[in-house]
Amino acid sequence: MFGFIRDASKTFLLTELRKGLMLTLKYFFAPKITVQFPEEKTPQSSRFRGLHALRRYPNGEERCIGCKLCEAVCPALAITIESEQRDDGSRRTTRYDIDLTKCIFCGFCEESCPVDSIVETRVFEYHGEQRGDLVYTKEMLLAVGDRYEDEIAEDRESDAKYR
Amino acid sequence: MSFENFSFYMFATVLIGAALSVIFSRNPVHAALSLVLAFFTAAGIWLMLEAEFLAISLILVYVGAVMVLFLFVVMMLDINLNRMREGYWNYLLPALVVSGIFLAELIVLIGGRVSFSKPLEVPAAITVEGNTLQLGRLLYTEYLYAFELAAVILLVAIVAAIALTLRRRKDMKLVSTDEQFSANRENRLKIVSMPTEGGRREDPS
Amino acid sequence: MIVDFLTPYLGDQLAYFSWTLIKVLAILIPVTLCVAYLTLAERKVIGFIQLRLGPNRVGPKGLLQPFADVLKLLTKEIIIPNGANKFLFVIAPMLSLMPALAAWAVMPFADGLVLSNIDAGLLYVLAITSMGVYGVIVAGWASNSKYALIGAMRSGAQIVAYEIAMGFALVCVLMMSGSLNLTTIVETQRTSLGFLGWNLIPLFPMFVVYFISGVAETNRAPFDVAEGESEIVAGFHVEYSGTTFAVFFLAEYANMILIAALASLMFLGGWLSPIPGIPDGFGWLAAKVAFMLFFFLWFRATFPRYRYDQIMRLGWKVFIPVTIVWLVLIGVLMRMDWWPW
Repeated sequence: MFGFIRDASKTFLLTELRKGLMLTLKYFFAPKITVQFPEEKTPQSSRFRGLHALRRYPNGEERCIGCKLCEAVCPALAITIESEQRDDGSRRTTRYDIDLTKCIFCGFCEESCPVDSIVETRVFEYHGEQRGDLVYTKEMLLAVGDRYEDEIAEDRESDAKYR
Repeated sequence: MSFENFSFYMFATVLIGAALSVIFSRNPVHAALSLVLAFFTAAGIWLMLEAEFLAISLILVYVGAVMVLFLFVVMMLDINLNRMREGYWNYLLPALVVSGIFLAELIVLIGGRVSFSKPLEVPAAITVEGNTLQLGRLLYTEYLYAFELAAVILLVAIVAAIALTLRRRKDMKLVSTDEQFSANRENRLKIVSMPTEGGRREDPS
Repeated sequence: MIVDFLTPYLGDQLAYFSWTLIKVLAILIPVTLCVAYLTLAERKVIGFIQLRLGPNRVGPKGLLQPFADVLKLLTKEIIIPNGANKFLFVIAPMLSLMPALAAWAVMPFADGLVLSNIDAGLLYVLAITSMGVYGVIVAGWASNSKYALIGAMRSGAQIVAYEIAMGFALVCVLMMSGSLNLTTIVETQRTSLGFLGWNLIPLFPMFVVYFISGVAETNRAPFDVAEGESEIVAGFHVEYSGTTFAVFFLAEYANMILIAALASLMFLGGWLSPIPGIPDGFGWLAAKVAFMLFFFLWFRATFPRYRYDQIMRLGWKVFIPVTIVWLVLIGVLMRMDWWPW
C-alpha cells in the first residue's frame, strides 16, 4: 500500500522528469568545451598522421630509392610508383603518386620505408576543389616535405627512442 | 456591390462548387477534402450572420475532428474504381426514390417559409451579451433535458463502438505499463557482498 | 486615426481594408522574425545543454544564422516525387501554415492591443489550430511514400487525441474566468496580489497537462514520432525540400510560439505583472512566452522520444481522466465560500 502511494506520487509529481530536467539545466550553465577551430586547435601528437610528404637528405638528394615497399604494403592501393635507373647508377622514382581520396591514413607506408622518405605530417587542413586535386604527385609531395622539413625532423627525433 | 454581398456570393459559389465536387470527384480523398472546404465555407457564411459560436463549433467539431478521422479511413482504402463502377446503373432506381423522398422532405420543411418574391427575414443577431452566452443559457435551461439526452446518446455510442471492436488478442506480448512503472531498484536488483579473491576467506566453522 | 488619414485617397472600404492589412502585417512580420530567431535559440539552447556553443559564425554571435538558413532553403529545388498528387503536394505546406498564422488574429498582446477582439476568441483559436492537422495528413498522403503516410497517420491520431485533453484543460480556465474572450480571461487574473491571482496557482495540474499536450500537438520532442528520424526518416515531410520544407518548418515553430503565448495568456496572466507595483505591459507577455518556449527546447534536449503506444496511453488514459477529475474538483471548489480566486 505504501509502495503504491509512493509510486503514484512519483508518477504524478513527475519526479523523474524533473530530475532529468534539472540535470540538463545544470549542463546548460556549465562551461562549454567547444574548440573554435580556425582560431583554436586541439594539441596534436608527434605521431599525428596527416598529409604525406617525401623527404630529402640534408644535401638536397631525395631519400626515396624506389623500393616500392610502401606501394606493396598500402592496404588502400593508394600509392603508384614507377622507377628507373638514373645516370649516376642509382635507382630513383620517376613517378610517385598518392591518391588521397583512397588513402586511409594508416601510416603503413611510413612504417615500411627503409630510408624514412615517405612520412605523414601534421597537416590535415589541405583541400582540393576538384577530385584530381587530391592525387598528389612526386613534385607536390617533395614540396610538402621541403616546406615542413623542420617539423618532420623534430617529430621523428622525439619519437626515435620508441621505435 | 457591397463587401458583404461580395463575400456572400463568393462563399456561396465556393460552397456549391465544393459540394458538387464531393459528389463528382473520382478520388475519395479529393471528395473528403472538398467536404472539408464545404464545411469551412459554410462556417464563413454563418460568421457573416454573426453566429460565430455555431460557425466555430462547426469547424472545431466537423473540420477539426470528424473529417480528420474520415480522411484517415478514406486514405487507408484501396479502392478499385472499375469494380465500383460495375452495375452503377442498377442503383439508379433506389437512388431516384431516396432523393425524391429527400426533396419532398425539404420542400415540406422549408417550402412553407420561403417564397421567391420576398426575401427571407434574417433573425436579428444578439449583440448585447454575445450569442455564445445566449446559446449556453438556452442549452442549459430550456433545452437541458434534450441536451443531456444527446450527450448520453453519444456516450452510449462511444461505449458501444469500443465494445463492438474491442477484441483481446491472446497472442500479444504486451508488458503492463503499470508494472513497468512500479519497477525500481529495490525489486529488481540485489547487491550481494562477496569476498574478493585475494581477501581473507571466512571460515565456515 | 490612420483610417481617417487613408480615406480621402482610397475611399471608405479600401481604406479600412488596407488599415486591417497593415495591422495583419504588423503581427505576421514579428511572428515570422520570432520563428527565425526561435530556430537559432533552439540550436543555441540544445548546444549549450550538450556543452557546445551552437552556431556562432554567421554574423556577430551567429545572429544572422536564420537568414542564411532561409536563403539556403529558398534557393533549393522543389522536387515533386513520382506518383505524387501534385496539387495536394504543393498545397499541403500552406494548409499547415495558414492555421498557425490565422490563430494570431485574436491574440491580445496587451490591454486593447488586439487585431480582432471577438467574444469566442478561445474557441476560434482551438478551431483554427485544429485545422493544422490537415497539412500534415494531406502532405503524408500526397507524397506517395510509405514513410510519409505512416508519419501522417501517427501525427493525425496524436493531434486528435491530445486536442481533447487540451480542450478540457482550457475548460477549467473558462470556468475560472467565465468568458471565451482572451482579453477578459487575462483581466480576470488581475488581483492586487500579483502572480498569486494567476490561474497557474489553482489550476497548476491543468497547466502541466495543457503544456504537455501542447508539446504533443506541435509534434515536438519527446512526442515527435511523426518525424521519428530513426524509424520513418522524417515522417510526413520526407519528400519535401526547399521552400515547401521551409514552410512546414515555419508552421511548426509558429505553432510552438502560439502554444507558448496561449499558455502565458491562460495561466500566467498574460501582460500582467507578477509583482504588484510594477506596471503591466507587453514586455511581461514577451518574457513569459520566451520562458515557455525555453521549456520546449529544454524538453527536446532532455527527453528521449516516446514510444507510439505510450503516447496514446498518456493522452487517452492519463490526461483525459486527470483533466475530467480536476474539472469536477474545480467546479465544486468554486462553489465554496472560501474559494479566493
